[in-house]
Amino acid sequence: MEYFLEVSLVGLAVGGVYALIALGYVLVYKTTRVVNFAHGNIMMFGAYFFYTFAALLGLHWALAVVLTLVASAALGAGIERVVLRPLLGRPAISVVMVTVGLAAVLHGAAQMIWTPGDFFLPSIFPDAPIIIGEMFIPSNTGYGFLVALAAILIFLVLFRFTRSGVAMRATAADQVAASSMGVNVPAMFRLAWIYAALSAAIAGIVVGSITTLNPTMGLIGLSVLAVVILGGLDSIPGAILAGLIIGWLEALTGFYLGGAYKDVIPFVVLIVILMIRPYGLFGTPEIERL
Amino acid sequence: MSAALEVNNIEVVYHHTIQVLRGLSLAVPEGEIVALLGSNGAGKSTTLKAISGFLPLENGALASGSIRFDGRDISRTPPHRLVRRGLFQVMEGRRVFEDLTVEDNLRVASYALSGRGEAPLPFDAVYEYFPLLRALHRQRAGYLSGGEQQMLAIGRALVARPRMLLLDEPSLGLAPKLVEEIFGIIRRINRERKVSMLLVEQNAAMALSLASYGYIIENGRIVIDGPAERLMADRDVKEFYLGLGSAGRTRSYRDVKHYRRRKRWLS
Repeated sequence: MEYFLEVSLVGLAVGGVYALIALGYVLVYKTTRVVNFAHGNIMMFGAYFFYTFAALLGLHWALAVVLTLVASAALGAGIERVVLRPLLGRPAISVVMVTVGLAAVLHGAAQMIWTPGDFFLPSIFPDAPIIIGEMFIPSNTGYGFLVALAAILIFLVLFRFTRSGVAMRATAADQVAASSMGVNVPAMFRLAWIYAALSAAIAGIVVGSITTLNPTMGLIGLSVLAVVILGGLDSIPGAILAGLIIGWLEALTGFYLGGAYKDVIPFVVLIVILMIRPYGLFGTPEIERL
Repeated sequence: MSAALEVNNIEVVYHHTIQVLRGLSLAVPEGEIVALLGSNGAGKSTTLKAISGFLPLENGALASGSIRFDGRDISRTPPHRLVRRGLFQVMEGRRVFEDLTVEDNLRVASYALSGRGEAPLPFDAVYEYFPLLRALHRQRAGYLSGGEQQMLAIGRALVARPRMLLLDEPSLGLAPKLVEEIFGIIRRINRERKVSMLLVEQNAAMALSLASYGYIIENGRIVIDGPAERLMADRDVKEFYLGLGSAGRTRSYRDVKHYRRRKRWLS
């Protein structure tokens, strides 16, 4: 039983990172109705940015984090402007397909720029593991969870309570009406992409610290897409809860059934839940007035 | 008397092929309410979309003509800029943000004042026009009734301190009693806040009772226009739009004449 708690805790910590990655999908989907298949690779770029600033250029880690955020925000804004803006008003499926292509482009670009080899990110977390009573949580996972949690809270506050957050939600609900009210809709799209890229960069640094850094890191984004669907594509609380659930299930199945099941059982659970709740845990069907 | 809004001889084409408006002109004098009446598909909403810059979204384009607001040409101005200059459209079907609370709906409208150096109208002032909204301000807009949503739609316009309002069928789908209440408030807004208005309606009687001037549109062009009292007295308008045809008389030969008169209008 003591293992159960320890494994659960580690699983939930990983789940927190999933939740942060999931948040990036939800932010873009909620505002622009696009499922961004390139999100995992934007996260991977964030990790490489950090690697470049902290390891290759040898900057202090805090400065490297700031520069990484700036570079990622620019990447997000650039993608929105160059790739997505020309597709405004096209069917969602075309835009989604473009993000699939974008994922391939980013993957290839990372190989060209940084070579396909494995790298280690300079450690930014203390070396000592976190010990709670008898339980032992690896430092990177534990602190990574705390960072992810803090980032999620910040984005939540930005989206919920700031004026631009309200405008983003209005844009998500009805673009034409929002624009008729003076909201600059393309600017809101850009903001959503910037927020998503920022959250991806933070997630990339955390994931890169837990594992190694190589161009296939973007694939994690795809498995997190399952998390997003479980939570309901347009629900931030759903993404957070689903991230925690999937992380927890992965850890438990990995520990009790072995690594081979780790990637399977959570998705079986996903399918079962979606059969019962097709909109995801918190996804909104349309509001119906009675 | 200067015109706040001037539409000059505009032609609108959808999908490069379908002509919807054919040389339509109208003007809204400063501070007045002007009604634009017509049946379904006559081109009323298209006219509003041409003014507010929403044509490109529906693959429509202004093929010729000019639109001036406060003397400046606005035919190429994107919608959010127009709103920021004080031209606010209350769209057909209310279009409230269903997931947002009533108050957040109002808050979105404050974007209309970006770059104008004016504070948005305090929500309290909005609630004075619509006391019902005050009680509902924490409710999600999707759960409001149709009438309450229409009040919210107009409330959002108020927040934006518009100089001119384009109202697209505010009576749509509302009970007659509510229609009367909403039109009463529209009149108050016009008087108290000096807002010029272009009112698009199917409820011609209601619209003409409010407006000082009216245009009637058929098949994409204006067929009659004149001061509201004159339109209300006009024989054709009475019969075709106000439903006040000479009731009770035998309808044999008249029906034929009716058809001819109708045809003359459309040709």
